[in-house]
Order: sequence, then C-alpha cells, then structure tokens
Amino acid sequence: MLLSELWFLLIGVLFVGFMFLEGFDFGVGMSTRFLAKNDLDRRMLIQTIGPTWAANEVWLVTAVGAMFAAFPHWYATLLSGYYMPVIVLLLALIARGVSFEFRDRVESEKWVKTWDWSIFIGSIFPPFILGLTFASLIKGLPIDADMNMYAGFFDIVNTYTVVGGLTFVALSYLHGLTFISLKTDGSLRTRARKEAQKWYAITGGLVFWFVILTVFYTEAFSAKGPILIPLYILVGILYGALMLLLRNKKEGFSFTVTGIILIMITASFFIALFPNVMISSLDIAHNITIYEAVSGDYSLRIMTIVAATMIPVVLGYTFWTYYVFRKRVSKKENLNY
Amino acid sequence: MDALMLARIQFASTTLFHFIFVPLSIGLALLIAIMQTMYVFKKDEIYLKMTKFWSIFFLINFAIGVVTGIFQEFQFGMNWSTYSRFVGDIFGAPLALEALLAFFLEATFIGLWIFGRDKLPEKVHLACIWLVSIGTMLSAFWIMAANSFMHNPVGFVLQNGRAEMNDFLALLKNEKLWVAFPHTVLGSFATGAFFVIGVSAWYIYKKRDVDFFKRSINIALVVGLLSGLGIAFTGHAQATYLMHAQPMKMAAAEGLWEDSGDPAAWTLVTSIDVENKTSSNRIDIPYLLSYLAYGKFSGKVEGMNTLQEKYVLKYGDGNYVPPVKTTFWSFRIMAGTGGVLIVLSAIGLFLSFRKKLETSTKYLKFMVPVIFLPFIGNSFGWIMSEIGRQPWVVNGLMKTADAVSPNVSAGKVLFSLITFSTIYLILGLVMVYLFVRVIKQGPHEKVKEDVSTSDPFETGEMQNATK
Repeated sequence: MLLSELWFLLIGVLFVGFMFLEGFDFGVGMSTRFLAKNDLDRRMLIQTIGPTWAANEVWLVTAVGAMFAAFPHWYATLLSGYYMPVIVLLLALIARGVSFEFRDRVESEKWVKTWDWSIFIGSIFPPFILGLTFASLIKGLPIDADMNMYAGFFDIVNTYTVVGGLTFVALSYLHGLTFISLKTDGSLRTRARKEAQKWYAITGGLVFWFVILTVFYTEAFSAKGPILIPLYILVGILYGALMLLLRNKKEGFSFTVTGIILIMITASFFIALFPNVMISSLDIAHNITIYEAVSGDYSLRIMTIVAATMIPVVLGYTFWTYYVFRKRVSKKENLNY
Repeated sequence: MDALMLARIQFASTTLFHFIFVPLSIGLALLIAIMQTMYVFKKDEIYLKMTKFWSIFFLINFAIGVVTGIFQEFQFGMNWSTYSRFVGDIFGAPLALEALLAFFLEATFIGLWIFGRDKLPEKVHLACIWLVSIGTMLSAFWIMAANSFMHNPVGFVLQNGRAEMNDFLALLKNEKLWVAFPHTVLGSFATGAFFVIGVSAWYIYKKRDVDFFKRSINIALVVGLLSGLGIAFTGHAQATYLMHAQPMKMAAAEGLWEDSGDPAAWTLVTSIDVENKTSSNRIDIPYLLSYLAYGKFSGKVEGMNTLQEKYVLKYGDGNYVPPVKTTFWSFRIMAGTGGVLIVLSAIGLFLSFRKKLETSTKYLKFMVPVIFLPFIGNSFGWIMSEIGRQPWVVNGLMKTADAVSPNVSAGKVLFSLITFSTIYLILGLVMVYLFVRVIKQGPHEKVKEDVSTSDPFETGEMQNATK
C-alpha cells in the first residue's frame, strides 16, 4: 500500500470513528428533547456523555487536520466548496459545545431552556450536514480543471443528499438511544429502549431509501459493487437482528450493532470515493484522485511515524476513560450537570 | 468590499477573539494545577476550595476557547484555499499533530478531571489537571510552529508548484518558534495570574473571604512576576530575531524610514506620515534600539526605504511596507503593558511580604481593571506580529492577496463574517455575565438540590423499570 492510500484509509477511519463516537453523543443530544420528560432526565442524559463528548469531537478535528496535512487539495477544495454547509456545521458545534458548559450555571428556567434548545439544534445539524456532504461527495460536484468547486445550492442540497443527511440524523439518534439504554438506569433505560423500537422502522426505511437512491444517483455501485453490495446486505442482516436484540433487552449488543451500522455506512462513502477524494460532475478528467491531492512523500512519512507512535497512546487513554466511567448513570449519584 | 478584504477581516477578528480565551485557559490551567498540587501535598482544605472556585472560570472560558478554535482550523480551507494548497504539505502537519498530540490529551483529561473527582485516586486526579495544563501548552507549541513557518519559512523546498516539507526538524527548530512560543506562553501565564490577582484584590478590598483570597493572590503574584520577567526577556529575543529575519517588520515597528545612525536610538513616540515616508516629532532614547536589535550599544538599523528597494530587486515590483502606524503603535502598547505588569506584580509581592496588602486599598482597587491589561498586551502583540508580516502571508514566498479562495464570493464571506461575529458577541457577553455572577456568589460551593428524592412519580417509574 502506498502512503497516500494509507492516509486516505486513516482519514476514513477518523471520520468513521467520529461518526461512531460522536454519533451517540449527537443521539443523546437529540434525546434531551424527544426522550427526556424533565430537567433531571436531561441532566442524567447529558451526564452519560459528559466526560467523553469533547474527546469524541476531537476525532473530527483530527480528521480535518490530517486532511489538511496529507491531502491539501482535498482540504482546500472541500472546505471552500462547501462554504455554507461548513458554516452551519461549525455554528452547530459551537452552540452545542458551550451549552453543555453553560446550561447549569444559572438557576433560571429560561436560561436552562435556551441552552437545552441549543444542545438539541446543535446535535441535529452536524450529522445532517455530514450526511449531506458525504452523499454529495460520491454523487459528484461541479469541480473545474483548477480543482476549484463552484457549487450552487442544488448541487449540494437535493433529494439524494437530503436523504443522506436524514439517514445520518436517524442513525445517530438510534445509536444514541441504544447508548442511553446501556448507560442509564431506571425509567430512562426502559424508555430509551422503547423509543429505539419506535424509531426502528423510520430509520430502517431511511437507510433502505438511501441505498436505493445511491444506485440511481451515483456511480458507486457500478464502480464498487462487489464491495458495496455485500456490505449493504450485511447492514440489512444486522438491522434485522437489531429488532430482536432490542426486544430481548440485549443492550450491549444493540449498541454494538447500531455502532457497526454507522461505521459501515460511513465507511461505504469512502469505499465509493476511492481512489478519488472529490468527484467532478462536469468532467471525469476533473476528478481529484488521492494521488493528485496528496502531500509530498517526506511529509507523509513523518506523519506516519508520529501517528504510529501516538495513536496507541491516544487509544489507550481513551479506553481507560470509558473504563473509569463504565458505570451506569443513576439518580443516586452526584450529577455534574 | 471584496472577498479578500472580508476574508482578512474575518481572519483577524476570529483569531483575536479566539485569543482572548486561549491565554486565560493556559494561565488558569497552570494556576489551578499548582493549587491542587498544594492541596494534595499540604492537605489543607482551603486549597481544594481554591481549586474548585477558580476552575469555574477556567471551565467556562475553556469551553469558549475550544469551540472558537474549531473555526480556526477550518478557516484556512474555507477562505484561503490557494494558501492551503500551496503550504498544506508543511503547514498542515503541525495542525494535524496539534489535534493528535494536544487536543486529545486536553479533551480526554479535562473530562476525567471534571467527572473523575470521586472515581479516581487523589494523585491520579491531580495528574489529570497537570496533563490538561501540559496539553494547553503543547497545543500552543504546535500552533506557534505553524505560525512561525509563516514568518520564517524553513524546512521546505519549492517543487510541484508548492512548498513541500523536506526537513521536519527544521520546522521544530525554527528560530522564530523558539522566541515566539515562550513569549506567548509566558504571556498566557501572566494573563491567568493577573485574572486571579484582580479578582482576589476585589474580594480583599471588600473584606470578603480574605484568607482564601490572600492565598490565591500570593500564588498568582509569584506566577505573575516570574512570567512578567520572562516576557521581557523573550520579548528582547524576539527583537533580535526580527533584526535579521524580518527587518522590515522591525523597521515598521520603529517608524524608521531612513537608516538609523550608529548607535541607533529607540523612538518612544513619533508622528508617522506614511504618504511622505517620514516620521517627525520623535522622542528618542539613545542607544536603546541598537541594544534591542543586537544586544549591544552600537550598530545601525536599516530603514523601510532601504529595505523596500532591496525587496523590489529581490521580489519584483510591489509595496513591501506593512501598515506602519499599526505596527508601530501595537508594538508600543504591547511592550508597555508588559512593563506595567512587572512593576505591578513586584509591588504586590512587596506589599504582601510586608503584610500590608490588606490595607493597601489603592493598590487593591487598581488591580481590578488591570485584569484587562494582559488581554490588551496579547492582542496587540499578535496585531504587531501579523500586520508587520504584510504584504506576505508566508514571508518572502506568498503574498496575502494571492492566498485567498478563488471560488468563494464576497457575499459568502460577508455572511459568515456576520453570523460568526454575532455568535461570538453572544458568547463574549455570556462569559462576562457568568464571570460577574460567579464573582458575586463567591467561593462558597453551591449545593445542587437533589430533585429525585422528592418526586413520587419518578419512584413509581423506577419500580416499573426494574420489573
């Protein structure tokens, strides 16, 4: 494998990891409106992700940083081309991030409500924008010979990409619900499981619809069918099994399965994209491949050495954190929120 | 206004806003780590209370610092895509490494620190805050490594139409990095210290929790004085660095059009006439510029006119003089605040040593508005450094005007400028509101009511759930 391919894989892994980890954080954020009945519920829900959501968000920051360093052209084309969606994404992440910190600082109902809305909105938009972005990436965008993208509104926002966005929102919510049933106790635990069963059909429908649309709107299947078809079949099988797991209250397995589905769907975008990083809808010759977008070999080698040394350390303390906070959040303990 | 101008305004405003929070985070993290260390080793509850009280400010501030930092990482690609393509190979690396080596550390251990108080052994919990503190400094290191490349590009070759890295160690050993990083971090320590000094002074003045705040102020005064001295020392190193690496910035910072005499005098104030390229009504301090520039009392300094001619020969036609007035005055404001901070912390320590702090009401009152002084120094330090770099985005390699995204319209930049300014303004106001509230409440821990025990409906639900 070439270093450029390794870094494409690594960035893919970072986005996949982000969707897996921050996916349930977003889901928990959404649940503060859909699932919570009162302020105590909300506090418990936020407590489940309190110690870890910030570190989970770093996966995105690292992915984008790695993109800048390893594929400057990808980074430049993507971020300047997706100007407006990126603004929405960043504003949502800003609103969400400060709200966790602000919400309990003043004992006023209005104050708390304001920041609760901010958490909710801030948790819905990021997965939506990411779904929108990933879907339009594999559909193709107006990119010219100078690698610049001149996208109009409907190049980015159209039936296919909106379904992609909604699929990510629904999957994140479902993933969040299985996480909550694993991490809380009492009524929340039961309600989260029931809510997951309620959303099961809608989410499944969206995933199915999205896969069908992918066949019609993109070249993904004609190019990568032999990998994508078995992948989506596996997603289907797992999704079927999820119903049984939810019914039989297998919380750990349910969470694992919603996580794997998110991982596989996110990974499918990168599989569909390879060996391109950007697909041009104007001319196939304007597609930007990883080999064109990539940094110099020296730069990649340095980063590979640092990454190989440091990633195990980072993963080590990440796992340790989850171990420290392995217990369910119950009403008996002191809530930080 | 065109997209370039708007993108520049956006970069300047978002960076300066972000840099209100970063130094305070770095400074407070260190002070809190020191306080908690004193608690763990002295076993005096008051230090635990101190840790908790000051950490409220730290956490609110840290949250805003983090979220405004995310935009910084995306902004290069959004507004400066040509720049990103040109330098991504070498400039992107420190940013990626910052995320991997610093952000993960900070974000993970701050979670462990906040939520792990009852779950971790005391010393492990203490290690968490130290790791957060180290994380904030590491973060600064990588950002300064990236920024230093813009001022003093090293470790690269020009090939394939861009700057490609060919020597990573050179990037880490960049002379600019090793004068700018300590200067910035010490400035941050001072920012945290003077925040604690100012707030403590207010309480001591009001005679509230005097013992608590006398101990806080003493720790902060020591940190304040040491970092103040360090700032002056590293500031001087910056000046000598500028002399050989960015002489145009130095000349602009001095309002020096023609070459100076030998020895060169330092200009305290002058009125600068950019159109006629003259500076008149100068108040000069003899020998000082030679000393600043070379560390000795002789040597002349080249003026902007000479340098402009040299640059035209080297880089072709163009104006290579940065905005002179801004550079000149920012430098003086920055250096002035630094000097004042040293004097004030020395006075404070002296008063404390003589046990006169409590009764020195004038000093205590004066230290409250001084809270803002380091922020002013930090901001103008950046303005001087970055404005003085113009017209270059990467010194000698790429001009700012050539760095902008070609496919982003002025309307889009304006839209994002407005939305981000609005959100940032709200964040700023919320922070001030919360800080004032916390200060009014004082260091007495508020106990959150446990609503769960008084809700019979909830208890019923609990039984339901366990069936």
